[in-house]
Amino acid sequence: MSCQVRPLWPPFIAGIVLGLVVLLTFVLVGNGMGSSGAFARVATEIGLQVAPEATRENAYLGGMAQGNPLAAWIVVAAIGTLIGAILASVSSGRFRVKVDRGSGRIGVAPRLLLALGGGLLAGFGSRLAAGCTSGVGLSNTAMLGVAGFVFLIVFFVVGIVISLLMRRVW
Amino acid sequence: MDYGTAGTALATGLLFGFVLEQAGFGSPCKLTAQFRLTDWSVFKVMFTAIIVAAIGILLLQVNNTFGSQGFYVAEMYLWGTVLGAVLIGAGFAIGGYCPGTSVVGFGSGRIDGLVFMLGMIVGVWAFAGVYDSDFIQTVVGGTALEARTVPEWLGVSPWLVVAAMLLMLAGGFLVGRALEQRSHGVYSAEDITEGRDPGESDELGHDLGREASAGRRGETD
Repeated sequence: MSCQVRPLWPPFIAGIVLGLVVLLTFVLVGNGMGSSGAFARVATEIGLQVAPEATRENAYLGGMAQGNPLAAWIVVAAIGTLIGAILASVSSGRFRVKVDRGSGRIGVAPRLLLALGGGLLAGFGSRLAAGCTSGVGLSNTAMLGVAGFVFLIVFFVVGIVISLLMRRVW
Repeated sequence: MDYGTAGTALATGLLFGFVLEQAGFGSPCKLTAQFRLTDWSVFKVMFTAIIVAAIGILLLQVNNTFGSQGFYVAEMYLWGTVLGAVLIGAGFAIGGYCPGTSVVGFGSGRIDGLVFMLGMIVGVWAFAGVYDSDFIQTVVGGTALEARTVPEWLGVSPWLVVAAMLLMLAGGFLVGRALEQRSHGVYSAEDITEGRDPGESDELGHDLGREASAGRRGETD
């Protein structure tokens, strides 16, 4: 190991700083931090490049296709999230290019298939909930929103149940 | 989008990704360990963050500082929220990430994080493809709950809700600590970087102070 791996931040420190980041986002922007909206915008932009007519006529993507989907605030924030993660992992000696196979009991191809499938479910689900763990679970709950609490309860219960079926993987 | 807005988005997003990675949330092992109840970092970090942000927002709202009384709270469409949370919770347990943490995973070098992100784009297309169906229209087209916030809904002070959340955090901390000690399942920075399973290394008699350096680890064996 060439560079020393720095310890993670203790959960309560990370939690306090994360809370301040969410608060700062509300102060600067008027709404909380989100992630999944960026994927909806990128999906719309790719659709416009590959199948412009079908995308504009689609009842869901058509609205986002007006104007430049990539110019949305949330897309720039997601690029920032990526840069922030790179800075943190590189500066802490934790950056490794790899396929993270959990406990290593499954192969690379099955792991990537599961990642793709999990992403598909999350992408679909984030459009139903109009947000994800960041936008609804974290930001909406910080505003004491009903949606945030409902989201978190269901999210944790379903996560625990489904992970019982995934023990071979993780 | 003007430069100010873009700069704000980039800066807040960057801080967000930076903190999540420092918490260890680029690792699908550590993230999903919350669902196996062996590593309670996700609960602790999220709940602490929610309470800190909620208290800050409530304090700002006393004098409407920064226009805080107008901060955005989305309405709740019950079935959209519930079904969305079901799919995101399942996607998390299966794929190892949620949307934001997949970006953090990719940013820390994980190819599976990038593949999860690609899966999300496909998921958005799938949603767009069936958006006109009766089922989806019924789910997303219902009426929203009139109250947007829990204090409004229950007719109680927001501070009472914050107090209840503090109790939940304390309860979660105690239960979490007991389960973490029993399972020895908390992933350290080295575990998630080198792909080790914390439970297994304990069984082999390795150093329980898992933040110790590799050298010290050798001595204590």
